[in-house]
Amino acid sequence: MSDHILPKRTYYTIYAILLLCTYLTWQVAFFDLGALNTVAALAIAVFKAAIVVLFFMHVKYSTRLTWIVVVGSVFWLGILLALTFNDYLTRGWRTYG
Amino acid sequence: MSPDPAAHHHPALAHHFADLEQQKEAAALGMWLFLVTEVLFFGGLFTVYSVYRSWYPEAFAAASHEMVVWAGTTNTVVLITSSLTMALAVRAAQVGERRVVMWFLAATMLLGLAFLGIKAFEYYTEFAEHHVPGPGFAFEPAYARHAQIFFSLYFVMTGLHALHMLIGLGLMAVMFHWVWRGTITREYSSPIEISGLYWHFVDIVWIFLFPLLYLIGRHAH
Repeated sequence: MSDHILPKRTYYTIYAILLLCTYLTWQVAFFDLGALNTVAALAIAVFKAAIVVLFFMHVKYSTRLTWIVVVGSVFWLGILLALTFNDYLTRGWRTYG
Repeated sequence: MSPDPAAHHHPALAHHFADLEQQKEAAALGMWLFLVTEVLFFGGLFTVYSVYRSWYPEAFAAASHEMVVWAGTTNTVVLITSSLTMALAVRAAQVGERRVVMWFLAATMLLGLAFLGIKAFEYYTEFAEHHVPGPGFAFEPAYARHAQIFFSLYFVMTGLHALHMLIGLGLMAVMFHWVWRGTITREYSSPIEISGLYWHFVDIVWIFLFPLLYLIGRHAH
């Protein structure tokens, strides 16, 4: 978090992209894409979160230590989701009886 | 006799830091560590949501249809705008434009209040329509049982998010006071910066809540 002062333009650009993505999320929900509806909604949300983290929260210009902490949070969230679904999504798999 | 070393210190520099730069990095890192715990805190709820939604997709879609979509969408725009004003407040603090910081903090707080106002209106609507889980819950019989799970999650997740908004508003009020009384300077803008991190985090939680709660199976009707 060195004294890296971003030009105002960067913030306005990110804001415009965020608004565009919100419109996109809203529009895409009205098309029947089957399971892809959820995938699209989440992909857009992840993209929005990423640009907020990188630019509004200045992580792009932060120290490597901050990067490790940020990536760590996503990694642990991944463990939480992966191990939970490892159980719940496989309960119907009958390989015995 | 050498001069008192404290005389060369910036008044905002705590003695256990080598310089302001290091102090600033430590502050940001500490906030990020806190935000990791927040990610996993909300992450637990998102996991529960995902499990139940994978079990009862039709009930979740039916319940999601009862959401006030225009309110949720408006609130998304309101929060994103508040993130912009927050980012601009932090920038103004970094370049030492005191009055600009105060304007942008005020705008951020106003937008935060607008968000909570719209949220309160939604809760009122849901209460009036008997969508609050409990003995008074009413829903089309086929989905009633599982729709109640959706609404429980909805109230817990958005309620917790709203609580974070309230805390954020409190933080912003303190920051506003600190800028006003001159604690925050160009050299010492860390408090605003890390409060900004918190505010943006709360915005990110909503970025995920919005499509997951309001927009399931919208194409069906």
